[in-house]
Amino acid sequence: MSRALSAIVGRDLRLAYRHRGELATPVIFFVMVASLFPLGLSPRPELLSSIAAGVVWVAALLAGLIGQQTLFKSDFEDGSLEQLLLGPLPLEAVVLMRVTTHWLTTGLPIVILSPLMGLLMAYPSEAMGTLILSLTLGTAVLSLLGAVGAALTVGLRQGGMLMPVLTLPLAVPVLIFGAQAAAQAAHGEDPAGALYLLAAMLVLGITLAPFAIAAALRVSLES
Amino acid sequence: MKSLHEFLTMGGYAAYVWPAYAIAVIVVAVNAVAPSLRLRKLKAEIKARGAAK
Amino acid sequence: MDKHSWAWIHRFASPPYLYRVAGLLTPWFAWSSLLLMAIGLYGGLWTSPPDYQQGDGFRIIYIHVPSAYLSMMCYGLVAAASAIGLIWRLKLAHAVATAAAPIGASFTFLALVTGSLWGKPMWGTYWVWDARLTSELILLFLYFGFIALGRAYEDFRSGDRAAAVLALVGVVNLPIIHYSVVWWSSLHQGSTRFFGTDAEIATSMLIPLLLMLVGFTCLFAACLLKRIQVEILERERNAAWIAEVLT
Repeated sequence: MSRALSAIVGRDLRLAYRHRGELATPVIFFVMVASLFPLGLSPRPELLSSIAAGVVWVAALLAGLIGQQTLFKSDFEDGSLEQLLLGPLPLEAVVLMRVTTHWLTTGLPIVILSPLMGLLMAYPSEAMGTLILSLTLGTAVLSLLGAVGAALTVGLRQGGMLMPVLTLPLAVPVLIFGAQAAAQAAHGEDPAGALYLLAAMLVLGITLAPFAIAAALRVSLES
Repeated sequence: MKSLHEFLTMGGYAAYVWPAYAIAVIVVAVNAVAPSLRLRKLKAEIKARGAAK
Repeated sequence: MDKHSWAWIHRFASPPYLYRVAGLLTPWFAWSSLLLMAIGLYGGLWTSPPDYQQGDGFRIIYIHVPSAYLSMMCYGLVAAASAIGLIWRLKLAHAVATAAAPIGASFTFLALVTGSLWGKPMWGTYWVWDARLTSELILLFLYFGFIALGRAYEDFRSGDRAAAVLALVGVVNLPIIHYSVVWWSSLHQGSTRFFGTDAEIATSMLIPLLLMLVGFTCLFAACLLKRIQVEILERERNAAWIAEVLT
């Protein structure tokens, strides 16, 4: 079973590599959204550093979710999703692999670019480690939540705008704890509490989300 | 017991208390009327279709 | 345990039976709600004395608290009905969830508006990012998502089941959302309180409030039953029994 699952991961990663142009879009979106804030507010460093944690987090949240709208779309349209559903592997395990590859291809690049955005937003460099850690944990939870939304809307023609509407309210705790950890670190406080809560949400998400995603895909495939 | 004037002015809070109650009445009325109208329309539709058969 | 003692519950899974029972019960709930609310409002707006801190401004409590309570209770009902519908593949349970969601959303809206109107004299501004108001706002978004997803599908069955999955994900998330918002607002401003340090409520206030709570619940039940009838007719419009009921 693990060989079949790693074959799925390998296939998804190869597919992602062939379409690497599309992969760059969420990352570019992330950088652009974060750059809009100094333009819309003011470039004063003391203002920017006070909102930096929140801005980087909101930008990562939006970029992650928007990049995920089409997570199951092509598999749904070409029928390979149906094959996976009928195949011997549990759909829950397959979708968990799918979310993992999605996180590797969009969440991870955002995490890697986040110090750059922190730099542009005058975020203190000594707190950068916490920003990266909070985004690593948080984007993983967001990938799981976003996959639920993507699976629920995959069969809809106008699913595009609906998916963020479904997912954003559910993402509120991730944003609160993630941005809080980054802000606490920037103020020289101890961010451990918020980071532990993010880790707890990740564990809960890995345990429960695959079942919700699989159930949502079954509903979408039945229709 | 108090005067009607006190009741209507709500001790100076009339500008907050009465709009709150007005919106409550609107929300309750819409909740009560909308499904009744929808039900009537649906019944009429179904009857009209039944008669056409 | 007698196997047949629970048999009556299965009748509620039959659309004609539920449709008829809903029609019979609606007026009872509607009239008791009117009566309870009339007494509650008389007590709340006329006989009870003004609050020693908030004067007459506190009288918004008689609609704010019942609508806030209904908004949360109703999401629980939507999630419970959705779970029943998914687990036992009971189509009527989905009809109940779909019927309840718009009512819940409207009471969430009412709780937000009355909370905001109450906040103006108490906090000096219409909106404070207070933990309870923020949670209510997110709850309203969750209702919007549920309603929008259910309606986005052309076919009832898929829409019902997709929205039900979303309701269950939402209900697992709801405590996390609530506590995260409470934690967040305590970091930023400390919790705001409507009552002073003592949360004790005078009896003259409590009795009208309880009457209003029960009255709002009856009102909710009446609206829900009416909407359940609508949902049943929508889903069963081609069934043979419909023609019999309507003639």
